[in-house]
Amino acid sequence: MTTQTMDRPSQTVGGVEKVLEIEDLKTHFFTRDGVVRAVDGVSYHVLKGETLGVVGESGCGKSVTALSVLRLIAKPGRIVQGKVKMSGRNLLDLSDEEMRSIRGNDVSMIFQEPMTSLNPVLTLGRQISETIMLHQGLSKKDAWDKSVEMLKLVRIPEAERRVHEYPFQMSGGMRQRVMIAMALSCNPKVLLADEPTTALDVTIQAQILHLMLELKEKTGTAIVLITHDLGVVAETCQRVVVMYAGKKVEEATADELFERPLHPYTVGLMKSIPRLDRAATAEHPGRLMEIPGMVPSLKNMPPGCAFAPRCSFATERCRREVPDFEMKAGGHYAACFNSDKVAEIYHG
Amino acid sequence: MYAYLIRRILATIPVMAVVAVFVFSLLFLSPGDPAAIIAGDLATADDIARIRERLGLNEPFLVQFGKWTLNLMQGDLGVSIFSNLPVSKLMLQRLEPTLMLTTTTLIIAICAAVPMGVIAAWKAGTIIDRGVMLFAVLGFSFPSFVLGYLLIYTFSIKLEVLPVQGYTPIARGFGPFLNNIILPSLTLGMVQAALIARMTRTSVLEVLAEDYIRTAHSKGLATNKVLIGHALKNAAVPIVTIIGISFALLIGGAIITESVFAIPGLGRLTVDAILRRDYPIIQGVILVFSGAYVLVNLAVDIIYTFLDPRIRY
Repeated sequence: MTTQTMDRPSQTVGGVEKVLEIEDLKTHFFTRDGVVRAVDGVSYHVLKGETLGVVGESGCGKSVTALSVLRLIAKPGRIVQGKVKMSGRNLLDLSDEEMRSIRGNDVSMIFQEPMTSLNPVLTLGRQISETIMLHQGLSKKDAWDKSVEMLKLVRIPEAERRVHEYPFQMSGGMRQRVMIAMALSCNPKVLLADEPTTALDVTIQAQILHLMLELKEKTGTAIVLITHDLGVVAETCQRVVVMYAGKKVEEATADELFERPLHPYTVGLMKSIPRLDRAATAEHPGRLMEIPGMVPSLKNMPPGCAFAPRCSFATERCRREVPDFEMKAGGHYAACFNSDKVAEIYHG
Repeated sequence: MYAYLIRRILATIPVMAVVAVFVFSLLFLSPGDPAAIIAGDLATADDIARIRERLGLNEPFLVQFGKWTLNLMQGDLGVSIFSNLPVSKLMLQRLEPTLMLTTTTLIIAICAAVPMGVIAAWKAGTIIDRGVMLFAVLGFSFPSFVLGYLLIYTFSIKLEVLPVQGYTPIARGFGPFLNNIILPSLTLGMVQAALIARMTRTSVLEVLAEDYIRTAHSKGLATNKVLIGHALKNAAVPIVTIIGISFALLIGGAIITESVFAIPGLGRLTVDAILRRDYPIIQGVILVFSGAYVLVNLAVDIIYTFLDPRIRY
């Protein structure tokens, strides 16, 4: 079944193995009003043990991409094209049963809403040990002990007692810790973290991020950190993928991206972060910049570059042609005709 | 948790008190003089007056109510006007068939309806879902006496596999008991099953859209584990509620079903008592049925605490 994909061994980048590779993924939603191209030809890979940031506004397809990896797209959505490769296998070719053995085991996921992502009527222990029993074949008792261990790992105080409690007895931050414990309980190769800190208080956000990074070091699990917050990316990620309207618009190492953004959308995202070090002066009123306009409707996209209607660099060509996603500098990719100008102005 | 239980149990007392007042008032509110009914058509005014005196009907309402309540507390529900036998004894004789009929009905209805509802929710929008919904609409709209005769016609008269009517006590063997009880239970269970299936579908469908269901899938759980272990337990509170409420339907339905299948239960006793205006029996039956209803709903509230820990604490 996996013959086409088996012949090519899992590739490496600079000697580091790619643990997950998404190729030209298209996930569309066939609604009554038309086809919504939520993910329209996205490719990215995740290296062993790295943290990859996937950034974009709400509705840019970053979460749908992650859910597509786990094949958890609900109707009317469907993965219409592409590959999701892991250890030489295309996950999209697997049977439902084989796919279930991947979920929570090789790839696991944590979600934006810790308040609603745990089952309210089951104890924490039951919810964590369920995964462990399923994938590691441990007995109920051993799985329960492992659950306590996992809760200790994510620093839940009094784990032996807490394991018997229910989600409603915990705060949002603690619930997200439990989600992390659950997601990491089977030592996955990849953890898809979909806005894991968005719903939390700022102080708790930092704690959760640090916890995730620390556990990543311990377990070697690669993290795909999906977020709209470039501040979080700057702190945690080695590489960044920027998405807009279902497509990838820029990809670079985190250092490179923050130093020299090449896509006007990335620049817009950076300028919309409030910064204390840029105090208001006479010539710089210090106003927070916003990106004008709205994300285009994914049902009828403009013919050229999807960002053109909101872009101050846009030319006739941008409105007519879709720019290729191409390498602009060593390891730095962008989909923009005017990336030279963008770089110039951002630095100048 | 214990505080909740005690509060809930205490709350049944005022409910039962209101029921008792209502049941007792029945005698005063209903047309016709009980004394005249007991005395019969040929009695003189003197006869009636004597009977009134003997029954204590001339005393003030509150005094009568007080005496009646005191007797009630001692399990004395009065004496049947028609047969002169204690109401409690008459009811006890008829209890088993009704109890058995309602129990088997509930078991059949729940066992059929809950899986149907869960599958319908899981396959929402498909032909399976439509089929279950069609069954639910039919179950609601089909009068139970029509269904009863239809089942008798099919299984007893045409196929000759089950008896037409009657009741066999469970003490005389489970097989014969089941033979007799199955058609009445199906008849009575139809509305129940329709109601429970609908509620299960709605409730599970709502839960399936929750974030924690996505979490459960993302852990790699098989569909049946997600449906039963994660979805159904969350969806259970409204389902158990509707089962409790539908118990009232069950009691009403038992009266008709027992008549159709000639089962000597409380339902038959009630119908006969109403036809003869045997008020003490009517009062007793209403009290027992109301009490059963209150108890079932108390049980439902206690079951909640096992289903949803948020109620427990």
